[in-house]
Amino acid sequence: MKYLLRHIGLYLVAAWASLTLNFLLPRTMPGDPVTALIGRMRGRFSPAQIQALRVAYGFTNAPLWQQYLQYLSHALRGDFGLSISDYPAKVSTIISTALMWTVLLGVVVLLLGFLAGTVLGVIVAWWRGSFLDSILPGLFNFIGSFPYFFLAMLALFFLGFTLKWFPMSHAYADSLSPGWSWAFVGSVLLHLVMPAGTVILVSVGGWLVGMRSTMVAVLAEDYIIMAEAKGLPQWQIMFQYAMRNAILPNFTQFGMSVGFILGGQILTEIVFSYPGLGFYLVRAVTAHDYPLMQALFLMITLAILAANLIVDLLYVRLDPRVRTT
Amino acid sequence: MNHAPRSAPSSPRPGTLRRARRRSTQFEFLLGLLSQGKAVFGIVILVIFLVVALFAPLIAPGDPSRLVARQNQPPSAQHWLGTTGQGQDVFTQVVRGSRVSLAVGFTVGFLITVLGLVVGMTAGYLGGMADGLINVFTNVFLIIPSLPLLITLASFLPPGILTITFVLTVTSWAWPARVFRSQTLSLREKDFVSASVVSGEGTPRILFSEILPNMMSLVVSSFFGNVIYAIGADVGLAFLGFENVTTVSWGTMLYWAQNNSALLQGAWWTFVPPGVCIALVAFGTTLLIYAVDEVTNPRLRNEKEITLVLKKFGIASRRATPVLRKPAA
Repeated sequence: MKYLLRHIGLYLVAAWASLTLNFLLPRTMPGDPVTALIGRMRGRFSPAQIQALRVAYGFTNAPLWQQYLQYLSHALRGDFGLSISDYPAKVSTIISTALMWTVLLGVVVLLLGFLAGTVLGVIVAWWRGSFLDSILPGLFNFIGSFPYFFLAMLALFFLGFTLKWFPMSHAYADSLSPGWSWAFVGSVLLHLVMPAGTVILVSVGGWLVGMRSTMVAVLAEDYIIMAEAKGLPQWQIMFQYAMRNAILPNFTQFGMSVGFILGGQILTEIVFSYPGLGFYLVRAVTAHDYPLMQALFLMITLAILAANLIVDLLYVRLDPRVRTT
Repeated sequence: MNHAPRSAPSSPRPGTLRRARRRSTQFEFLLGLLSQGKAVFGIVILVIFLVVALFAPLIAPGDPSRLVARQNQPPSAQHWLGTTGQGQDVFTQVVRGSRVSLAVGFTVGFLITVLGLVVGMTAGYLGGMADGLINVFTNVFLIIPSLPLLITLASFLPPGILTITFVLTVTSWAWPARVFRSQTLSLREKDFVSASVVSGEGTPRILFSEILPNMMSLVVSSFFGNVIYAIGADVGLAFLGFENVTTVSWGTMLYWAQNNSALLQGAWWTFVPPGVCIALVAFGTTLLIYAVDEVTNPRLRNEKEITLVLKKFGIASRRATPVLRKPAA
């Protein structure tokens, strides 16, 4: 319990830190959102309107701590104001659909990548010294050396453009409207293959190598020799005896890598014009849409904190030792 | 770890003895590294790229941004890697672009390793309240996703190489700091550190000539890991247009390939070469890290030797534990 509480405390501090960073950045750096909006509208505002805009975006002349409190209370209610590039659409509505796509892509990528890497790692450790063992780790290390988005570009060019096997952009076919129909779900899955596949390919190597080395260490333990002496079948020793213990360090690594992989996913979303948080983040940056940009940054941070929390909860289930301390 | 603890002060001329021993372990380390195919391969790749970057203007003379031919020409005898969507020579750009990408990668890698060392060793050695505070700070930085933070920070600053170097350094020191902290924590408990505390050595001396040399292999592999990370992050940011897009680097080449929709015109030669270069540098560096780990970690070496022995005697290694059976009569 102490373990969980400590981690939740850390996440709260991290969430507060990114909220504060979000507040301070536009106020310490040159240029603020209201000036950007005014520049966009090319002086079609009266002074009274400008003042109203300043109030709406929270960039008043009030003392900094008052602005800060107001900002916090707005953020806690999920009110991030209006988008500048898509004026006057609400930032929260843009974000909610983008969040859905990013979570879908992220869950698929993390789960499949971790599963594939772990199982391959076990198999490679099982057959150590074999042909597979000498090929797989090196191969995946090589693929893992590619930047996420570059592999995405390769896939887009060869599988999407040249061979036309998979659709090249967006999350579903433009002709379909979202709903629970077979056609729509199928289209979503088909559009998921290349973005998810490339990120999985890049990230699998890390899990595989980590799993292999912990498996080799665990296989040298006495209880494995005992299990072998008892005459248990090999698959049982591998998956029920060795893997259960070897998976723990890999799982801790999983928690730490969530942020990194989701970060790489942002670039992948851009290559495939996949309408997730990353795609909108970069669009917001190029359009100087500060409210949208800040809200997106906050959302991505919160999504990663949530993913970390889930990993922690699972870790408590997996490792009984942390439950007792 | 490789270094023997300091010899007792009573032994004759401790200075020379220590120096001799240190030189011999360094020599052994190098020898061990060079006896590995992996390491040699990694070093060769890295050296080739460093030499190319160093002598770039000699290898590919002329202004890399100059328009020299028609746009999107496939590779030919005249333009080995074809031309870009604007009509520049891709080969010249790849060669000249290596400078920016490698310079940023190695600079940032060095800076965050040093910053991580300072923060991590301070926290690990001081312990107590200071450690607690620094640790929370480090963990918060670790958990806030770096790429979105990079993008947000970079969007407020003028685009350019300095911005990228600064932003990358500020956001990425946390991981090495964490690694070095835990290593310092475990080394602090070792007998040779207690001995030097008792013999009255000052804190800086204990930190720099007792603890630091003993985690040198970790520092080296962490440095190379940080270089890989920095090159990747730099390329990613440049791809998004946060580097000055008129400078020629591997990242900006990919940026232009994406923005000139080279993919849709079938001009694969504009984006494949820089990407493959990045991957090769990262792969070579990864191999070097594995080799360093294997040389300095006897457990990894043993495991490899056991596998070799088992193979030699044809004992099935497809079991959890190698089993010797009496041959059937």
